[in-house]
Amino acid sequence: MNAIYTLWLRQIKRYFRSRARIVGSLGQPVLFLVALGFGFGPIFQAAGGGNYLQFLVPGVMSMGILFTAVFSGIEIIWDKQFGFLKETLVAPVSRTYIMVGRTLGGATVALFQGVLVFIIALFIGFTPHWTGVPMAIVYMALEALLFTALGTAIASILDDMQGFQLIMNFLIMPIFFLSGALFPLATAPVALQAIAKIDPLSYSIDGLRSVLGDGMYFGHANNLFVLVILTTLLIGIGSYLFSKIEI
Amino acid sequence: MSIITVDHLTKKFGEFKAVDDISFEVKAGEIFAFLGPNGAGKTTTIKMLTTLMHPSTGKLAINGHDPVADQEAARRSFGIVFQDPSLDDELTTYENMEFHARLYDVPKEARISRIESLLKFVELWDRKNDLVKTFSGGMKRRLEIARGLVHHPKILFLDEPTIGLDPQTRNHLWEYIQKVNKEEGMTVFLTTHYMEEAEKVATRVGIIDHGKILTLGTAEQIKKDNNSSTLEEAFLKLTGHEIREETAGAKEHMRQAARMWRR
Repeated sequence: MNAIYTLWLRQIKRYFRSRARIVGSLGQPVLFLVALGFGFGPIFQAAGGGNYLQFLVPGVMSMGILFTAVFSGIEIIWDKQFGFLKETLVAPVSRTYIMVGRTLGGATVALFQGVLVFIIALFIGFTPHWTGVPMAIVYMALEALLFTALGTAIASILDDMQGFQLIMNFLIMPIFFLSGALFPLATAPVALQAIAKIDPLSYSIDGLRSVLGDGMYFGHANNLFVLVILTTLLIGIGSYLFSKIEI
Repeated sequence: MSIITVDHLTKKFGEFKAVDDISFEVKAGEIFAFLGPNGAGKTTTIKMLTTLMHPSTGKLAINGHDPVADQEAARRSFGIVFQDPSLDDELTTYENMEFHARLYDVPKEARISRIESLLKFVELWDRKNDLVKTFSGGMKRRLEIARGLVHHPKILFLDEPTIGLDPQTRNHLWEYIQKVNKEEGMTVFLTTHYMEEAEKVATRVGIIDHGKILTLGTAEQIKKDNNSSTLEEAFLKLTGHEIREETAGAKEHMRQAARMWRR
């Protein structure tokens, strides 16, 4: 347990120490909120979709979590390159604990990032259902864990940052754009709906949207089921791949 | 009593044998130096001894534990200073020490007092709250040595500990290491490609080239056996080439470049 806490604490310290990173990773979500929220808002409303900001904010919160989480996981590559990983790998601690500690740390950071987006959204006119906040935190935490574990799994296989761009453009960006973060799935073309169904992010966004904003597509039971199973699976895969690292 | 036993150890990467059927023992309390050019198999051997890599064939024992079958016990037995830096630059000196101590389950009181005495020992106590990224190469190396000692290991591995350091820092470093060896009776296993260092600090030297151990013994013994006045000459006679003329492989070039960038 001590090891998990130690690894968790390291992630937290590193995050809160790099203010530039905190502010920097808020840029994109804010841009999405302002440009899309206000830009498409009137059209969305005119088309009978309701208030677009109410619809969009949970999606953008999820985006903030997604990118921070994947990035936290991928940080292992940096540790590989800068040598710190070796220090943890020769420690008399099970690799599973190391992976779990790191994942919890990365997920905490990602969750925090999601909360920051939420607070910013309040300032530009988002009015959440406050009763949904506890449930929203559950969804955000699950999403954060899921994607940190995904990042860790990816980073365990990659040796350097060369592959990072590939992962961003062909995995993380599609996960975000095809998830229903920006548009309602119910009225989307069938093919797009089918893709969204195999996109794990769709489920956390749907959950978050239904408890904070407006609309529900999959239903809580489906959302939670998919997220819990996938998170467990990815932590398992991540631990396995991480335990196989030889330097 | 031997604290490290290596028995017919081989490591293959594809067809290439990085370490080729080597056997040797290191006695408790010794300073043992592995001497050889880049790519001789020194680091690969250390990696296998320290559980970072699995041997292709052969048996190992570290303080009585098998680093393959009994990783945790083996890991508790040693501290290591890697060839490349392995500190967290975004943490302070103290935090790096604390991180290590916690991972090795050093009890709180012992942790506090040991961190303090070790940081004083390597003359970094007054920099304890500074971020490591502000440190020079020599300071980082000193911190790494202090960190490797926090959990009171039986064996200290040093993989090319003086590479990239200026002569003065290098001398200091050896003083520390000899002091630890003497005062704590700690076994030291080091690799180097500097002849004079091996000759000066090591109780015994093993010369390794192309994955094979060519000879083992005290520096005096090796010189005598090869009718040489210096270790350098003995090395030349044993291997047929000088230690530094060996052309480094592409991977080694990359490593060197990466090291330059980090400084």
